Amino acid sequence: MPKAEELYPFIKIQQADFDLTTENSRLRQGHKDIGAVVSFVGTVRDINEGDEVAILELEHYPGMTEKALEKIRLEAHDRWSLEASLIIHRIGKMYPTDQIVLVAVASRHRENAFHAAHFIMDYLKTNAPFWKKETLPDGEVRWVDSRVSDKEAEARWAV
Amino acid sequence: MVNILYFASFREALGQADEQLPAQYPTVDALISELALRGDQWKQALLDNANLQIAVNHDVASRETAIKSGDEVAFFPPVTGG
Repeated sequence: MPKAEELYPFIKIQQADFDLTTENSRLRQGHKDIGAVVSFVGTVRDINEGDEVAILELEHYPGMTEKALEKIRLEAHDRWSLEASLIIHRIGKMYPTDQIVLVAVASRHRENAFHAAHFIMDYLKTNAPFWKKETLPDGEVRWVDSRVSDKEAEARWAV
Repeated sequence: MVNILYFASFREALGQADEQLPAQYPTVDALISELALRGDQWKQALLDNANLQIAVNHDVASRETAIKSGDEVAFFPPVTGG
């Protein structure tokens, strides 16, 4: 079986942090026809549902998560004219202000990159198997509930 | 055999991450009916749960999805990544 990183070179699931400049360079490597790069970085908030959050832990479904993210990425390439895209999602323990997710999209003109990055994030939120668990300062641990607003955000891209 | 996986709050509530069962259930629904007999936790998570998410072989599936020997069936709550 080939490893996930060989099957899906533009999908990365990792514990380690990522560097935006490095990843944007990787995205643009070998392309001279790119006129726009849109990068979205999701970060850990120190507050959720009105409570202070001390630790955020991300779990995923190895194998399915990579496949689901690649499907979303390719769907974006079908819908808009894009030159390149990549998705990085971190797993494991994270803390407020840490980076969690990167979606970077490159296209000839900005409109396509803006739309595609927005689409990929909205779909990732509701379709990629990740689960968040948060620890409050008093030690209480709870699973984060899915949000209706995320389903509504996904629905706006219905065709 | 069918490989069954439980994720996130399901894994914690059901007390296991994975198990293997004989491939004697034609559909996900038949498998759920069998698992629900194990007790209230199982019934609540799998049978009486409108938000149950199902995957078969890494693709989103439903209760009607057919399963065969060698398949991987996963049960989990709604996803919350990003």
